[in-house]
Amino acid sequence: MSDRIKTFLYPLLAFIVLIALWDAAIRVFKVPNFILPTPYSVLEALQRGYIEGLFWKHFFFTLQSMVFGYALGCTLAFLLGCLFAESRAVEQTLLPYVVALQSMPKVALAPLIIVWFGFGLESKVVMVALVCFFPMFINTAVGLKQTNPALIDLMHAFSASPWHILTRIKIPSAAGHIFAGLQIAVVLGLIGAVVAEFVSSTKGLGHLISAAAVNLETNTMFAALISLAALGVAGSLSIRLLHARIVFWDKGSASQTAATE
Amino acid sequence: MGAAIFHAENLAVTYTSSRGPVKALEGLSATLGQGEFLSVLGPSGCGKSTLLKVVSGLLKPSGGSVSLRGVPINGPRPDVGIVFQQPTLLPWQTTLDNVLLPIRTLGLDLGAGRTKAMELLKLVGLDKFASHYPGELSGGMQQRVGIARGLIHDPALLLMDEPFAALDAMTREHMMMELQRIWMAAGKSVMFITHSIPEAVFLSDRIVVLSARPGRTIKEFEVGLPRPRTLETMAEKPFAEHCNALRALFTDLVKFE
Repeated sequence: MSDRIKTFLYPLLAFIVLIALWDAAIRVFKVPNFILPTPYSVLEALQRGYIEGLFWKHFFFTLQSMVFGYALGCTLAFLLGCLFAESRAVEQTLLPYVVALQSMPKVALAPLIIVWFGFGLESKVVMVALVCFFPMFINTAVGLKQTNPALIDLMHAFSASPWHILTRIKIPSAAGHIFAGLQIAVVLGLIGAVVAEFVSSTKGLGHLISAAAVNLETNTMFAALISLAALGVAGSLSIRLLHARIVFWDKGSASQTAATE
Repeated sequence: MGAAIFHAENLAVTYTSSRGPVKALEGLSATLGQGEFLSVLGPSGCGKSTLLKVVSGLLKPSGGSVSLRGVPINGPRPDVGIVFQQPTLLPWQTTLDNVLLPIRTLGLDLGAGRTKAMELLKLVGLDKFASHYPGELSGGMQQRVGIARGLIHDPALLLMDEPFAALDAMTREHMMMELQRIWMAAGKSVMFITHSIPEAVFLSDRIVVLSARPGRTIKEFEVGLPRPRTLETMAEKPFAEHCNALRALFTDLVKFE
């Protein structure tokens, strides 16, 4: 059997075993449904949610806050990271604040962000942007600074402008680091979105979980968790594909991204 | 030797390090004639790379003067081409685009540059690899791309910093032959920095020998061997005599330390 088939088959077998154990455990130990739902009732909840359509507005709300927040946070982080790596003065000015903010758990800001940006989409976007910002910012700055000095010397010797060196040499050199930042930001961004929804929201998969918890609808909670996992995996995979396609010259770094999570 | 195009006069470079000033070069003098192949030969740590940085305009000397075509070198200049110890190619650009790099940074005409780049790739034997990426080329091929890149903007002086040091012995000999052929065809003035005595003797018209740090000129040496030199030349007596004479210089140097 080829390795390729095994990488699909083994996890599938493990999945089947897991589901069987789960179902058996509920039957044997008579676990009530409000503690642990049966696999079937989770499937039912997913079916009700996505075929009858109750989940879609929550799913899209979370997706939307994720996409906008991610784009906003990562773009700002990239630009500021470039500025930080290029200008010693900017670095000296901002460094203590960056360190202080980076050490603070960003999710602790969620209540404040709700106060400032309201209960709607805006506060979720801001929260996602905030948690996405730091991994992307640090990776961009570090990546740019690690450009091979010989390449920079070469460009100086060929009279290249600082802009040319930044855009044509440093940014492509840092691409591996930048993609690692993007990859981490996907996962963290999703956490940010859910936390903001927990704090206060009327929509979103996070809201769905906290609302279902009140009624002990564990099957709905499981269904929402599966949806979140799907969102996370889809996001991670898209970034990894983009990485492999864009940074085609560095085969090693694309597989490394997975390890940095 | 044709009319001199390059002069270095009593060149001195002092670095400030955390342990105080370090003299890298002191009293280095050299001239280079039009179309001449000059090697700068010295032991490790004789400031060869410092010399390269000064001539390429990346570093200002702390004393003495250095001029190319009668104009003092004050910064990077478009009439200097450089080939580094490592090929330092951009892995995300094709061979052709790598060769075109100086054309882009200097803002020269890209259309004419492309034609020239293809000619140079033909000269270095890589015209079939124009659309390959550096990762798909061997070390020797990458260094040949580096040589083509150094020549693309038609510099008056080509600087080469131990360009074959990172290659294995066999590729190295092959590249020496190649470089001689390319140099004879392109007719450029070359300043070749090396610590290999046979490499210097094989390639050069003249050799400037530097002392250990701080580097200064201790001897100038004419290599009168006829061209084109071949691998057989290296087995002949005059070649060995040249090498021995140079080696004796270095043995004396070590004794004095």
